[in-house]
Amino acid sequence: MTKEAIDMPQKGGFSFDLCKRNDMLLQNGLKMPSFLKTGTTIVGLIFQDGVILGADTRATEGPIVADKNCEKIHYIAPNIYCCGAGTAADTEAVTDMISSQLTLHRYHTGRESRVVTALSLLKSHLFNYQGHVSAALVLGGVDVTGPHLHTIYPHGSTDTLPYATMGSGSLAAMAIFESKYREGLSREEGVALVAEAIRSGIFNDLGSGSNVDICVITKGQKEYLRNHMTPNPRTYVSEKGYSFSKKTELLSTKITPLRETVVVIEGGDAMEE
Amino acid sequence: MSIFEYNGSALVAMVGKNCFAIASDRRLGVQLQTIATDFQRIYNIHPKLFIGLSGLASDAQTLYQRLVFRHKLYELREERNMKPETFASLVSAIQYEKRFGPYFCQPVIAGLGDDDKPFICTMDAIGAKELAKDFVVAGTASESLYGACEAMFKPDMEAEELFETISQALLSSVDRDCLSGWGGHVYVVTPMEVTEKILKGRMD
Repeated sequence: MTKEAIDMPQKGGFSFDLCKRNDMLLQNGLKMPSFLKTGTTIVGLIFQDGVILGADTRATEGPIVADKNCEKIHYIAPNIYCCGAGTAADTEAVTDMISSQLTLHRYHTGRESRVVTALSLLKSHLFNYQGHVSAALVLGGVDVTGPHLHTIYPHGSTDTLPYATMGSGSLAAMAIFESKYREGLSREEGVALVAEAIRSGIFNDLGSGSNVDICVITKGQKEYLRNHMTPNPRTYVSEKGYSFSKKTELLSTKITPLRETVVVIEGGDAMEE
Repeated sequence: MSIFEYNGSALVAMVGKNCFAIASDRRLGVQLQTIATDFQRIYNIHPKLFIGLSGLASDAQTLYQRLVFRHKLYELREERNMKPETFASLVSAIQYEKRFGPYFCQPVIAGLGDDDKPFICTMDAIGAKELAKDFVVAGTASESLYGACEAMFKPDMEAEELFETISQALLSSVDRDCLSGWGGHVYVVTPMEVTEKILKGRMD
């Protein structure tokens, strides 16, 4: 039996089988498809008790909004979360992968995960692929050494900052942070500032939109406020809705039952002893 | 011309009250020439799980064969059918494996999960999952489908009304797309039965 005949699940990592064929198609004039991107505004800031992360919820495919309410704040560890911008598949895959690696690491060491561990794993993976894995991340969490906030760029460089923004709406959000951030913010002030920065991205950047998601991480506790604010409700809902009086014309119908219909016979013969 | 516009396709899935519907067009073309008007795009993985594959037809068929293989292995090991959420993760992983040389395929997955709760999702060509609570679309007619579904969809529709809505959304969208059409193929799945209907549409 040749190796090609067995299509068993591979041991992991990327497979480059179709690259030659895809190159041939490109040379014959066909264009590559566009991937789902998260245009995005993602932010993080450090307040007096920990870290607050924020993100918008729009996913785009070219100029079209593919998902109006996607989740961009990904779980890495019980005390560490990561916001992702760039190609959606890359941010999801990379954060899931590092999250599994950290779970195994926690079992191995018996200790709570540290933010710098996640940072090192993420940056080395992204550097290995020289920026082709297009994920720009804002990583934040609280561990034994205190609260930490980092940004990670697709090529693998990182920054450690008290407040950070990434994505196409980062300039709009950074404008808010630069004018209003100060050290030692309380929880309410921090959440309000993050929400304001994300809103500025939502309303001023075309690649970001819909709702505001917030995650507050403090020592020993995290609060994931999904859809903390929904400043873009659908206001044009028609009361009547659509109703189709004329039936759609059919060519054929086939019905397959999924459950056996049981027929109950009243007053049947009693079973013999 | 984009690789996705080589064969042409239109796929849509919608969630109703304890039921779901998934619909596709029936045209198979080679750029602007139609070569089949009864092409199957929606496949049945197990009685309560359907996957529709849009994009390049040869990649759609290859991906379907790999998925059926993996599901059969799963059934043999676990002695039960795969849950739709698990299946979606499997498809996503298989697509992401080919991140730098992808299958030119956008799947739409629809199934009934635990307690017969409907589940739908779609992915881009490299496996970025997009879960939705109302509807998902894919294919060359996707922009029209987004508009039609956004307008026509209502939450918690019963099977009859869901069928009418999804059919009208599909037919009106493919009428505005040269590369898809030639009728429609709709599956409406409730916990009791699977209804498969073939729609009469414009044959141009």
